[in-house]
Amino acid sequence: MTKTVLLIEDEQNIVEAVRFILSRDGWDVRTHANGLDAFDAVRRRNPDVVILDVMLPGRSGFDILQDIREDETVGNVPVLMLSARGRKEDIETAKRSGANLYLTKPFSNEEVLNAVRDLVTE
Amino acid sequence: MSESNMIGTRIREHRIMKGIKQGDLAQKSGISASYLNLIEHNKRKIGGRVLLNLANVLGVEPSLLSEGAEASLIAALAKVSGALPLGASVEMDRLDEFAVRFPGLAQYLVELIRQRDELDCAVKMFSERLVHDPLLIKTLHEVISTVTSIRSAASILAENRELESVWQSRFQRNIDEDSRRLAESAEMLVKHLQTAPDAGSALMTPQEELYGFLEDNGYHFPEFEVLNLDFDHAVKNISWHGSDAGHSLVVRYLRQYSRDAMAIPDATLRQVITRSGPSPEMLATATGSPLPTVFRRLATLPKELCEPVGLVVCDGAGAVLMRKEIGGFKIPIDVAGCPLWPIYQSLSQPGVPIRETLVQGQAVVETFSVTETVRQAGFSVPALLNAHMLILPGSEKKQARQVGRTCKICPVENCEARREKSMLASDF
Repeated sequence: MTKTVLLIEDEQNIVEAVRFILSRDGWDVRTHANGLDAFDAVRRRNPDVVILDVMLPGRSGFDILQDIREDETVGNVPVLMLSARGRKEDIETAKRSGANLYLTKPFSNEEVLNAVRDLVTE
Repeated sequence: MSESNMIGTRIREHRIMKGIKQGDLAQKSGISASYLNLIEHNKRKIGGRVLLNLANVLGVEPSLLSEGAEASLIAALAKVSGALPLGASVEMDRLDEFAVRFPGLAQYLVELIRQRDELDCAVKMFSERLVHDPLLIKTLHEVISTVTSIRSAASILAENRELESVWQSRFQRNIDEDSRRLAESAEMLVKHLQTAPDAGSALMTPQEELYGFLEDNGYHFPEFEVLNLDFDHAVKNISWHGSDAGHSLVVRYLRQYSRDAMAIPDATLRQVITRSGPSPEMLATATGSPLPTVFRRLATLPKELCEPVGLVVCDGAGAVLMRKEIGGFKIPIDVAGCPLWPIYQSLSQPGVPIRETLVQGQAVVETFSVTETVRQAGFSVPALLNAHMLILPGSEKKQARQVGRTCKICPVENCEARREKSMLASDF
């Protein structure tokens, strides 16, 4: 059965590229570009994996992640976070907040693909 | 050692410079060599005929020996010594001797410390700018996002040689778009950073211009203290090199200043301060003036009259309209300060004074806050409020409440009043 990825990212060209490489790998990719109602989108789609950008219009990715982790329905969904900040402490903070994996921009397509695959097999 | 007691040192310096032996100078001046020796070591006071004779033999003006050319240098040394780091041990009582004996070195030291102060100011200004520079933060984020997009699209094209033409076109178009965006962002970034070093005006906000103007003038404007002031004429005479927007703020500030000076004249202010120190309560009682006027007047006191008095004024939305920092208590330039400051509590109770000791980092201050109604509310218009917080040096840290500066650069964790994530937070 096809697995679903929800990509929450506001940069349209990044969305197109990531959607392309994941689709070619057999994933059903859904996208959402706004931070404000991103959590509603997660609940509605109930995806197998969430890719979540930290800096989103309207709301921080960390706040959205917190809502996800506190929710009974989608609380266990694997989350891959994307951020421009890549210090060791940034990554540790993201993981403490509930992120399963953390990628620093600019990432490679292979890194995104491997990360999403790893999250499903975990 | 006082300046007049340095005559001997000056005589010795001039004698050595001219290559005259001590014995020869003594003989030609009509005194003994041993007496001249005592004079040169500042162990004998001289004046009158002996001084005239020595000056005559040395070929210098007597005043050069009695007053020295280094008076301004000594003053400058005393000033910069006061700005040395805490704990630095400086022989303040020997500054004049240092200036007389090593004038070149003393001048160099003064210049070095002046340059250090300028660099400190520049670093402070650039730090402030980096922290509060939304354009820089936004542009850097755009650059990283665009680079990510280009990298992904380029990889797709490179790794999928047999890619359908529709996808090829799409990613080529994306790369084209992104490369243009990247060029624009990079150009904007370069322009922005290149203009930053001439810090003076181009990048200063009107508020920064106002604060620079106030600091340059020590927050005190004697020409706006006079009664029956011709305000327009006085304003025309101020020296202004900034923007029109900055000038408008300066004029608005000075108009308020002159109104306050009418309410509490300089002479009255000095009289009360000399008697009671910078006590807002005493000044309000003595003059019958409202506390906001008293606060503003106290913040204009020249530093030779009393210890510096700080002030924050904000509007009803909490934005800082006027700031004067003291004692290491930091105030943001044109954004709202820490929500825990009592000035913001006072906005909800206009006219009710609040006194509170605060600690911010290492700074302990005593604060007095009150809000004035600038315009009363009507049925069709809301009230306009301005809140004031007077800041005096504090000492009792035990009873002080911890506050920050502004959320964006505040390191305090788990603060319920936080309105945005701190750039100092580990998860930013």
